[in-house]
Amino acid sequence: MSATKVWTDKKIEGIVGNLLRAGVLLSALVVMLGAAIYLARHGSSHPDYRIFHGEPVELRGLRGILAQAADLRSRGMIQLGLLLLVATPVARVAFSVWGFAEERDWMYATFTLIVLVILLYSLFGSGMVF
Amino acid sequence: MAYSQFSMNVLAFTALVGLGSLVAGLLGALTGLGGGVVLVPLLTLFFKVDIRYAIGASLVSVIATSSGAAAAYVKEGYSNIRIGMFLEIATTLGALLGAYLTVIVPTSALAVIFGVMLLYSAYWTRKPRPKSQRNLPLDPLATRLRMNGTFPDPEEGMRSYNVQHVPAGFSLMFGAGALSGLLGIGSGAVKVLAMDQAMKIPFKVSTTTSNFMIGVTAAASAGVYLNRGYIDPGLAMPVMLGVLAGSLVGTRILIQAQTNWLRRVFSLVIVLLGLEMLYKGLSGGI
Repeated sequence: MSATKVWTDKKIEGIVGNLLRAGVLLSALVVMLGAAIYLARHGSSHPDYRIFHGEPVELRGLRGILAQAADLRSRGMIQLGLLLLVATPVARVAFSVWGFAEERDWMYATFTLIVLVILLYSLFGSGMVF
Repeated sequence: MAYSQFSMNVLAFTALVGLGSLVAGLLGALTGLGGGVVLVPLLTLFFKVDIRYAIGASLVSVIATSSGAAAAYVKEGYSNIRIGMFLEIATTLGALLGAYLTVIVPTSALAVIFGVMLLYSAYWTRKPRPKSQRNLPLDPLATRLRMNGTFPDPEEGMRSYNVQHVPAGFSLMFGAGALSGLLGIGSGAVKVLAMDQAMKIPFKVSTTTSNFMIGVTAAASAGVYLNRGYIDPGLAMPVMLGVLAGSLVGTRILIQAQTNWLRRVFSLVIVLLGLEMLYKGLSGGI
């Protein structure tokens, strides 16, 4: 591995690390905003997690969550924040595909692309309701 | 003394779960064990939350701590992104399988597997670490995959290492991913086992590379969890915010803290939670 390559690896990783931190902070902010509304509206009701019901359909998919959040529905906003959080590692992998391609490291660009496809399948292909 | 969630309102429940998650995140960061491993027992045993909701909330917090800490690990120069990315093919595939299995495996079986995993994590932190082997021969596959690297050693400057047994490490990583997807944990202990023990990667490089892999692995099961309705915003919110705050504080004070006794106490807590999960699972209490 040449010296310039190591340098590029570290540079890309540095950018990615900061991007990830920004993504986590943004997601935490959206979750907190949703939480404030959620607690103001539902704070005095009683939680029920003892028996598993599963989430309603509108909180299971990207389109439903976006619609709920746009309506300022508190649970939808929290879910949007959580979705942003799940997106941070996905963005990291996508960024790495680009990074390896930039280095002309086609073997690792391919490996990383495989990981990206698996992640996108999980998010969008594993029964998501649009 | 289990807190019954029926006697308290959402505000009190959120505050208590948030506080518990904060302590879990703090202890996880201080001991290097990760907070995720105690979250599910905390939620199921003390807050009487259904284990599937607990697993969903725990998984989300795992992503938060892994992504939040990524910037710090890069600066240290220990992690090897090539090894990480290659092995992530195995962990993400395993995580998909694990997440699908969570849907069909009975909750009592999940509790039993979780109990065994807790006992293993506690054993793993207590067992003495053998000194890493030096000057290993070049492995043809690892060399073709360009996995061999260097890392900063405080005593001898840059130290190089040659990666061994790639297929064994890859298989173990698939298992680590499956456990992560099944139980909603980072399964860092199994990831480090695969790199440190099977692939003979230096311990420091193994732990930091594992830390960066955990978030990507968890994201692979998060999609399935979300689509199956396992991620409840009202529960995941205090868990995620609490663990994130706790681990951020934990990593800040990590350097000064004397963590040896803390690790001992935390391991004991994990053993007790593991036994309780085993008992509850076997007796049908979960």
